[in-house]
Amino acid sequence: MNLTLKVWRQKTPDDKGRMVKYLVQDVSPDMSFLEMLDVLNERLILEGDDPIAFDHDCREGICGMCGMVINGVAHGEQRATTTCQLHMRHFEDGATVTIEPWRAAPFPVVKDLVVDRSAFDRIIQAGGFVSVPAGSAPDAHAVPVKKDDADAAFDAATCIGCGACVAACPNGSASLFTAAKITHLGLLPQGQPERDSRAKAMVDQMDLEGFGGCTNTGECTAVCPKGIPLDTIAQMNRDYLKA
Amino acid sequence: MAVTGAVLVLYLVAHVVGNLKIFYGAEAFNDYAHWLRHVGEPAVPARTVLTLVEVVLAVSVILHMWSAVTLTRRASKARPVKYAARRKTQASGYAVHTMRYGGVVILLFIIWHLLDLTFATVNPAGPAGLPYDRLVQGFAPERWPVTLFYVVALVMLGLHLRHGVWSAFQTLGLANGRSYRPLKIVAVGLSLVLVLGFLSVPVAIAIGVIK
Repeated sequence: MNLTLKVWRQKTPDDKGRMVKYLVQDVSPDMSFLEMLDVLNERLILEGDDPIAFDHDCREGICGMCGMVINGVAHGEQRATTTCQLHMRHFEDGATVTIEPWRAAPFPVVKDLVVDRSAFDRIIQAGGFVSVPAGSAPDAHAVPVKKDDADAAFDAATCIGCGACVAACPNGSASLFTAAKITHLGLLPQGQPERDSRAKAMVDQMDLEGFGGCTNTGECTAVCPKGIPLDTIAQMNRDYLKA
Repeated sequence: MAVTGAVLVLYLVAHVVGNLKIFYGAEAFNDYAHWLRHVGEPAVPARTVLTLVEVVLAVSVILHMWSAVTLTRRASKARPVKYAARRKTQASGYAVHTMRYGGVVILLFIIWHLLDLTFATVNPAGPAGLPYDRLVQGFAPERWPVTLFYVVALVMLGLHLRHGVWSAFQTLGLANGRSYRPLKIVAVGLSLVLVLGFLSVPVAIAIGVIK
């Protein structure tokens, strides 16, 4: 396959940045999207150019490092898929593909497609934890947890913090991320003592970071590679109003 | 957004019920308009209840707009650099993308609507006209552009409520995964009932069913 890429290039955080066009030839349909970029980068290095910077780590779809807006959609149009698990067979030969970083004021661009997601870390630091000496793992049946709660908590816990929800939200809101963490801890017995203070602290930190407000568009959950459901946001609102 | 929106939706339900009294004839409608001004008498002076409703509505509309403006400004601050590729919506639903400009259309409509039928300054029957005459003359067939504007604004209102009604439950934390479907059905049903109810009066006059 041959592709035309339009990639966002930005040398430094202060650089103005621009879209640059690249032709990539002989792309195998079995390559992942990141492997396709690796091939382009090897050529750029051989030609003495600066390779395109992008975040990646596990390349198994579970670490949350990778992420780029492909043709206007966070992680590309393939549903419930991280960029690293997106394969080139989903693209047509000869297609033009636009690649941009997550766009949000709280996620400043570091270089090219790499953004600084420390804002998420600060939201977690504000309350996304359980302050009890956990010790060794207790017996699984020592504290009974309702099956529905366990399932919902586990669904929320699959959030990998990639930031696609923010990138896709027309309001630049981080509600789905924050809600996933609040729901995950708030539904389990260990999370109960700090449930109210956690919801308040994390939502306040989210607003402080400069993320937008939620208007229930549902764009976040549609692009989420882990399919975090929208009702986590209702759970967050419930806990926040109670706090 | 959610609380003020709920107040306004409840008012719309009462409003549409009152409007439909026109199908009982001129006397019933004018008596109803008279009753609205004198409800609660002599326990409370004339217009007490109506003034209270007006104050609550005005405050709700202002707070609703203030929330909308705040959300819009936060949104544009949160994304100073726009995407180069045209953002394709991944979620289902057209109504959600009409909320902001639809809200502006509805605001313009409310201003015209008040001038037309409340203060009657732009109504052919004038401020001295009886409520029934203002309606019949205001939506007379030759004033079709006014009727058309009402139709467009009411369709925007329907879209606004299509998203707004279920969205209010979500914002207040009253929704969960199981209630999304029933809530959305209620949102569509309520929007349709309100829009058709409101549209029935101007359309009935414009086509000459009510004279």
